Amino acid sequence: MSTSPLTDLGLPGLRSGTELVPTTDEKQTGKDFTSDQEVRWCPGCGDYAVLKAVQSFLPDLGLRRENIVFVSGIGCSSRFPYYLDTYGMHSIHGRAPSIATGIATAREDLSVWVVTGDGDALSIGGNHLIHALRRNVNMTILLFNNRIYGLTKGQYSPTSETGKVTKSTPMGSVDHPFNPVSLALGAEASFVARTIDSDRKHLTEVLAAAAAHRGTSLVEIYQNCPIFNDGAFDAIKNPDTKPDAIIPLVHGEPITFSAGTKGLVRDQSSGGVSIVATADVPTEQLLVHDAHHPDPSQAFAISRLTEMGYLNQTPIGIFRQVERTTYDDAAREQVTAATTGDDDAADQSARLAALIGGGDTWTIL
Amino acid sequence: MIIRFAGDSGDGMQLTGDRFTQETAAFGNDLVTLPNFPAEIRAPQGTLPGVSSFQVHFADHDILTAGDAPDVLVAMNPAALRANLGDLHKGATIIVDTHDFTARNLTKAGYSDNPLDGESLDAYSVHPVDLTGMTVAAVKEFGLSRKDASRAKNMFALGLLSWMYGRPTETTTTFLAKRFAKVPDIRDANIAAFKAGWNFGETTEAFAVQYEIKPAVMPPGTYRNITGNLALAYGLVAGGVQSGLPVFLGTYPITPASDILHELSKHKSFGVTTFQAEDEIAGVGAAIGASYAGHLGVTSTSGPGVALKSEAIGLAVMTELPLVVVDVQRGGPSTGLPTKTEQADLLQAMFGRNGEAPVPIVAPQSPGDCFAAAVEATRIAVTYRTPVLLLSDGYLANGSEPWRVPSIDELPAIDPDFATEKNHGSGDDAEFWPYLRDDATLARPWAIPGTPGLEHRIGGLEKGDGHGNISYDPANHDFMVRTRQAKVDRIADSIPPVEVDDPSGEAKVLVLGWGSTYGPIGAGVRRVRKAGYHVAQAHLRHLNPFPANLGEVLKGYDKVLVPEMNLGQLSLLLRAKYLVDAVGYNHVRGLPLKATELAHAIGELVGQAEGIDIDLGVWGEPTQKEHI
Repeated sequence: MSTSPLTDLGLPGLRSGTELVPTTDEKQTGKDFTSDQEVRWCPGCGDYAVLKAVQSFLPDLGLRRENIVFVSGIGCSSRFPYYLDTYGMHSIHGRAPSIATGIATAREDLSVWVVTGDGDALSIGGNHLIHALRRNVNMTILLFNNRIYGLTKGQYSPTSETGKVTKSTPMGSVDHPFNPVSLALGAEASFVARTIDSDRKHLTEVLAAAAAHRGTSLVEIYQNCPIFNDGAFDAIKNPDTKPDAIIPLVHGEPITFSAGTKGLVRDQSSGGVSIVATADVPTEQLLVHDAHHPDPSQAFAISRLTEMGYLNQTPIGIFRQVERTTYDDAAREQVTAATTGDDDAADQSARLAALIGGGDTWTIL
Repeated sequence: MIIRFAGDSGDGMQLTGDRFTQETAAFGNDLVTLPNFPAEIRAPQGTLPGVSSFQVHFADHDILTAGDAPDVLVAMNPAALRANLGDLHKGATIIVDTHDFTARNLTKAGYSDNPLDGESLDAYSVHPVDLTGMTVAAVKEFGLSRKDASRAKNMFALGLLSWMYGRPTETTTTFLAKRFAKVPDIRDANIAAFKAGWNFGETTEAFAVQYEIKPAVMPPGTYRNITGNLALAYGLVAGGVQSGLPVFLGTYPITPASDILHELSKHKSFGVTTFQAEDEIAGVGAAIGASYAGHLGVTSTSGPGVALKSEAIGLAVMTELPLVVVDVQRGGPSTGLPTKTEQADLLQAMFGRNGEAPVPIVAPQSPGDCFAAAVEATRIAVTYRTPVLLLSDGYLANGSEPWRVPSIDELPAIDPDFATEKNHGSGDDAEFWPYLRDDATLARPWAIPGTPGLEHRIGGLEKGDGHGNISYDPANHDFMVRTRQAKVDRIADSIPPVEVDDPSGEAKVLVLGWGSTYGPIGAGVRRVRKAGYHVAQAHLRHLNPFPANLGEVLKGYDKVLVPEMNLGQLSLLLRAKYLVDAVGYNHVRGLPLKATELAHAIGELVGQAEGIDIDLGVWGEPTQKEHI
């Protein structure tokens, strides 16, 4: 798969996601970000690859290690923070985005990451996810989507395909699944991307772009669960099938796949997009990916090309990245505007005395 | 003197009562208020469920309750009369707005005949006044519609009552001028109606006497009138200043706690951040995140919200992070009585989490006391690295009293004592252990992100003692469960002993309460003593852990009466911990306990304990005022 450098977004004036986080000149390696805890995922789990990619990517940010915080909820992937030698909290099911919102709003000098799964983020924590996205709190959410419940041993998840036979659905699931990218775009997300656990290069490039984005970055990572849902992503991983299964999104380039034989065009009747043989249409009719378009409609239309049954086809890459004021920056700005510059403890006490002794008072001698 | 303003929920009775209260406070009387309103913002007009009232009790001496039976009822319509008549004593004054006593309104209120015409009100001193008609006439010059003009009738009523009790009027005219500054017509009409009401009292012969209640004698100091929610919000700001921590409130609006959010959102100049979350859980989650990041995390809610936050509070217990959880209790279960008061969340606060999850509990006893209780909750949370439940209630939240403004020197210093150094091993092997405890408090170190070398991970899984890594070791879990409990128990070392008020030293009965029952219990106890009997009183600020001397105190009395606005939750805890035969006095009517009824309950127990017959005489009558 070919991608252009994703971090060079060409958006003037956009503050980086880590701009206010202290940096270090010390040389860092992946080992510096590896904690002394034994990693306890199942052999062959896709989480190992993502952990490795994150550990080797973090030094690229050049941030002080103590200013990085990883927050997770509950699930296999939520053990992630224990394995990183940064600050971290393994919290409760579904609530990581809310805890991270508190951290990110309280402190502008922290790089805040959320690690979550399809059950954690889209089932029990769905509400927190959509509200974090609409608020645009400055944090990066890594959503490990294995389309199954792993930690509770194999029940279907909100991204499992309809008809899935699991321990809790012996006759097949009758639930309709979420498309996480469509959901995020509908929730006003300012950065939405999708990548794959086994594609280290693409994963790292997406992480870099997500970290550079100021606001909530949602990165859906297709991740294989070898125990309860093995092979869920074989079509996009198998060298024979993946050229036809992956629709790569690169900002500013025409969207083509299947070795350039297929492309996307606008579908006038539905308002969506359709797949066509590139030979059948003039090149200028092929859809050019515009991740920075203020209107998320086209990104949404592209997200609908994700196969909702067995994953035979899916767009991969950055669907959307637009600039929007972040909640935490705006909230801090209000506090700063209300605060008098160099207010020391004595000033604070005096102002507190004035506050509580304000209003209509009377004195008894 | 006890006055109750009652009308439709759209008639502005809360505002009228509040203004009368401010005038009374400015005059220097002691006072206690009791707002009572429906959960619906605008219940069907003229109906009984739509009646809203505001009661204010004021006197020239120290008083403790909003009073049992009003001396004066202002009823703006038939429904207000009917809903409140039962609380009046014979001879009470009733002022009604005759304008609203129409056939239609009488029917809505369930009257077949106009009570103003018959003999049913003969036992009262009734003043039928066309408040609406006179208001409309008084504001004619401002050219308002009849509807807008008649809306000023509450100010006419306020003017009349202000004249009757010699209240100063400047605060109200100033208030109206400010409140309606942007709508000059409405402003002028309200002020004109207020003045017209005053003048009506002065010129008409219907109200022959202008009552005068002299200012009360209170301890020296600067006073202001304050509601519980305002005092609580100020207490949180003070907790932030005293600890040097920025306050972060993560919350979701809920009656009757929302005013704490409203108030704190005004105090960004103190570094206060308020986060209105998507739900109760996100509110507490963000507060926990902020605490982890080194702020003072606070979440405010009522009982249903605490239920939703339970799992997150358990996370704060496990991660041992400071967190103040404010529960302004209301009638339950479920949605219950959102605008009414109750004390039925004590056991939820105590036990409402999975696993052994001890949480300290602090309760204010009066509206002004919400300030000190919030500072105390902050002190415990920060010092002991623990969530603290602060149990206020609807009565405290909306009720008000004169409050002696404390000097900042009186407030405790609170030291967050952030960890900055590694604390285990030495040299190159030195490490930071997040669960290595302080010997005295058993508190763990609080190392905030951004502190180099102290990177660590915490979470909801059981921690190994000291190093804090995940541990499934059976002996470790047993040890950690006991240690978390021991840490909370140890807070008792830092709290004052419970003080017993037993003036004669001969009492055999102790009345023990907590929270907003302080006023009614004190008033009930006074009545019993005035009638010549011995009774002791004590009130708990700390519900978990209890003060260290509580067991000894309980042993010193033959009988212990525990009045509560629940079915006996403190009684249950006392019985379990101290094997004491606590006797409950319990009401869950959504209203404060009544002093007179309590006096009878206390008297009965005193009679049993001393083997005598009890006759409270006039002190058992609701009409008898609480003179000392």
